[in-house]
Amino acid sequence: MPSKKDILDLYFMPARRDLIEIAAYLDRLDRHEGEEDFRVAGFYKALVALQNPGDKSRAEAVLLALSDHSETPIPAATIQGAFGAPDESLINSQ
Amino acid sequence: MKYIEPHGHMVSRTTDDYQKMAMAGCEAICEPAFWAGYDRASVQGFYDYFRQLTEYEPARAAKFGIPHFCWLCINPKESEDAGFAREVLSLIPEFIDRPTVLGIGEIGLNKNTKNELAIFEEHVEIAKKYDQPILIHTPHLEDKLKGTKLIIDALKNANVDSSRVVIDHVEEHTAGLVLDNGFWAGMTLYPESKCTPARAVDILENFGMENIWMNSACDWGVSDPLAVVKTALEMGKRQYDKATIERVIYDNPKSFLENCPNFKI
Repeated sequence: MPSKKDILDLYFMPARRDLIEIAAYLDRLDRHEGEEDFRVAGFYKALVALQNPGDKSRAEAVLLALSDHSETPIPAATIQGAFGAPDESLINSQ
Repeated sequence: MKYIEPHGHMVSRTTDDYQKMAMAGCEAICEPAFWAGYDRASVQGFYDYFRQLTEYEPARAAKFGIPHFCWLCINPKESEDAGFAREVLSLIPEFIDRPTVLGIGEIGLNKNTKNELAIFEEHVEIAKKYDQPILIHTPHLEDKLKGTKLIIDALKNANVDSSRVVIDHVEEHTAGLVLDNGFWAGMTLYPESKCTPARAVDILENFGMENIWMNSACDWGVSDPLAVVKTALEMGKRQYDKATIERVIYDNPKSFLENCPNFKI
């Protein structure tokens, strides 16, 4: 099995790249005009989960932060696609 | 290296993709019925699609020396109109005995609606009636966790043999739910919306290498028909030996697919 050094050698640079991409994306969002939507709050919630995953792995904690946690089927679909973060206002209205 | 592509939507791919997969060592392709990227306007559209899956696509794959198999269903994205979906379900018995049909799939949920769930349950009853294995699609992104839980509950209520069901598109937050309930798990390797090769190997390390496969689910969207072999290379970077890699990309899918009487390679 690879050591921590091996993992660093394999994945540090791509992880560094992805981290800077996230920072630049958030800066880009701030810089541009217009209204944001629920995806922004969902993203920040996921960033908190990343730093405070509790008893979950970080990846699982982030995915859970970006998930709909309601438990019953909705009456009907209003769209076919998905956004990547739950629209809490829509979930609460169903 | 030999491998099986247990989930690829080849009707959307080019002959170049077949050639690349053959050159990469692909020994079988399994194609679940799914959404075409648009809603079909008529039941006849599905009749033609089932013919494409059972007649034309196996012949196209054979030109590259790859056996092609398929699963049949109406996908959950087009199941919201339950009346329409039931008309499509009525076509399945005409095709179920064709020689390359593996079972019922990929059925499941999309937006986790009441109608989607009803049609899912009716598919499960068809699978039970014809003694067919089941391949399941779990919803995308924010809908996946809820949909996976609803699907597992429905399968338990239907008393389905979990060893003949593979629940696909698992990620870190659903892999444990699926495996702990005795089902097979599929990981889909997508550049953006599902698992990357590195994350797929992480899931193997965290959840084990039993009852799990990986697939490219290559289709008409952003996807890569060589994703399985690229993930095998990722396993090599993590120092897994060839036998372990072959177990994941060949032995595991072969083991599940041997539940399907028509699967012979």
